[in-house]
Amino acid sequence: MRRENGASSTGERSAIPAGNVAGGTARSSFLAPHSSATHALTVIRTYLRLGLLTMVQYRTNFLFELIGVSIHLATALLGLAVIFNQTSSLNGWSSSELVMLVGIQTILGSLLGIVIEPSFQTFMENVRLGTLDFMLTKPADSQVMVSFQRVEGGAIAGTIAGATILGIGIARHGERIGLGQALLFAAMLVLGIVIMYSFLLILSTLAFWFVKLDNVLVIFGTTFDQAGRWPIGIYPGWLKATLTFVIPIAFVVTVPAQALSGRVNGLTVAGACVLALAFLLGARWFWRYGLKHYTGASA
Amino acid sequence: MVDVDVDADAAIGERAFSPGNLAAFYRQRFKVDLALQVAYRGATFIWLFSLIVQPLVSLVVWRTVADSQGGSAGGYTAGEYAAYFIAVMVVNQLTFMWHMWEIEWRVRTGVYSGILLRPMHPIHEDLVANLAFKAFTMVPLVPICVVLGILFDAQFETRPMDIVAFVPAVILALGIRYTIEWALGLIAFWITRAAAIHQLWASVTFFLAGQMAPLSLFPKPIQVIATVLPFRWMLSFPVEVLLGRLSGREILAGLGVQVVWLAIAIVIMRAVWSRAASRYSAVGG
Repeated sequence: MRRENGASSTGERSAIPAGNVAGGTARSSFLAPHSSATHALTVIRTYLRLGLLTMVQYRTNFLFELIGVSIHLATALLGLAVIFNQTSSLNGWSSSELVMLVGIQTILGSLLGIVIEPSFQTFMENVRLGTLDFMLTKPADSQVMVSFQRVEGGAIAGTIAGATILGIGIARHGERIGLGQALLFAAMLVLGIVIMYSFLLILSTLAFWFVKLDNVLVIFGTTFDQAGRWPIGIYPGWLKATLTFVIPIAFVVTVPAQALSGRVNGLTVAGACVLALAFLLGARWFWRYGLKHYTGASA
Repeated sequence: MVDVDVDADAAIGERAFSPGNLAAFYRQRFKVDLALQVAYRGATFIWLFSLIVQPLVSLVVWRTVADSQGGSAGGYTAGEYAAYFIAVMVVNQLTFMWHMWEIEWRVRTGVYSGILLRPMHPIHEDLVANLAFKAFTMVPLVPICVVLGILFDAQFETRPMDIVAFVPAVILALGIRYTIEWALGLIAFWITRAAAIHQLWASVTFFLAGQMAPLSLFPKPIQVIATVLPFRWMLSFPVEVLLGRLSGREILAGLGVQVVWLAIAIVIMRAVWSRAASRYSAVGG
């Protein structure tokens, strides 16, 4: 594996801190204890490339993933059909807007399923088996390595299927999507991924303390699958707050959908940015906290 | 590799396992499995959480539909929808199972070589683990349902006879659903990637057993299919009984249908298991 230094060789290359495997000396910065951001991107790219090569060997994964996501979509759309047999709008959302919502939810979920979720599953298993220590001795940011170490390329089937459903929803909706709306939608989608990534990182970091909780990601998965396909407005206040700040899934699906249909206001966009930043920094802090208190497998 | 000479009938335990032995097994094993649940209570609570989410979300969605239609939609008011989905939450917890995944794991790792040598039918082992999980998680589930009932102003129209009828209805539903899904889990003996089939089954159950919405909201042909097939009897029927939506005659007739379906399910399960066991040893397990 070629180590590229390029423009990053400004003296930031650090040796493994003596006597502290778990992550960083007093000198290291909060954001990049071992090296610069370029190095982090290099690590990410390497993992993704290796994952892609592995995926090509397992084409059947893609097929089965496609079957699975098709069943999931058929279930969601049939459910919408039953509901819209009884009403013509749900909390102000038309049926085509809800179809768009399902598409967005599927895209977001599958994007996480390509690399983030499998990597975190592997991480928690490594904590349990004690093999995490090997990764921590490597001279790269541990959070980056842990987040990108495993690629399940088959999940891209979900992104394709979700985009198709989103397209169908937009077509049925009938209104033109302006460029501004499309850009805002893309931006809100990215923020949504950031928020969900951070939340998954927080959940996974719990593995440092609760080794027997190997199903902790189920909290996210089930909530996202079930609650993430409905507009956040239908939930009563306490549930709405929970689904925005505690398990932040309703926010991340609803806001991009609102951006697409042009009914998001500046306050919501600003709120999404603040929430994303808060979650990202909070997750980062919690990760570093967990690492610092991690005593290793053989302790 | 052990050359397992499997006499399928004997493996099912026709000759050696008396009801007395079976009862003793259940008693002992239940204690062990309950202790396991307590030891892994963190993971257990997370599974309980995942059981609650879907009915809760459906509750909120249908309540919204009813409110948007002036208080009631499809024959249910908002309060009645709340009652329906809380009942679904309870009945689902009492009737669901997860063992298809364990069966797949056992086939993959060869654990069945040992299990096939035992004189007891392997379904009992899984059933007792299933019951232990349910006994443990029912304790927090009941107060959760009470709180949700208050928060969402659930309207139950339950009569005393409904509570009496609910007990056999839910036990029979558990028997039917558990037996059929265990038999379905045996598909792992033939297909290595059974996950898609289980997902498909879960989706079909989601609709036809009444988890997504009360069956009365579906078009008539769908309702007929759900009633002729075991789906309604696996979950929807006990829910309907609990909510007080059925007459005495309908309840009795329904219980009768459940008994018939339970017998059919057991016959199917035994047939599939003996095929699975002989296939397993034929492939050199």
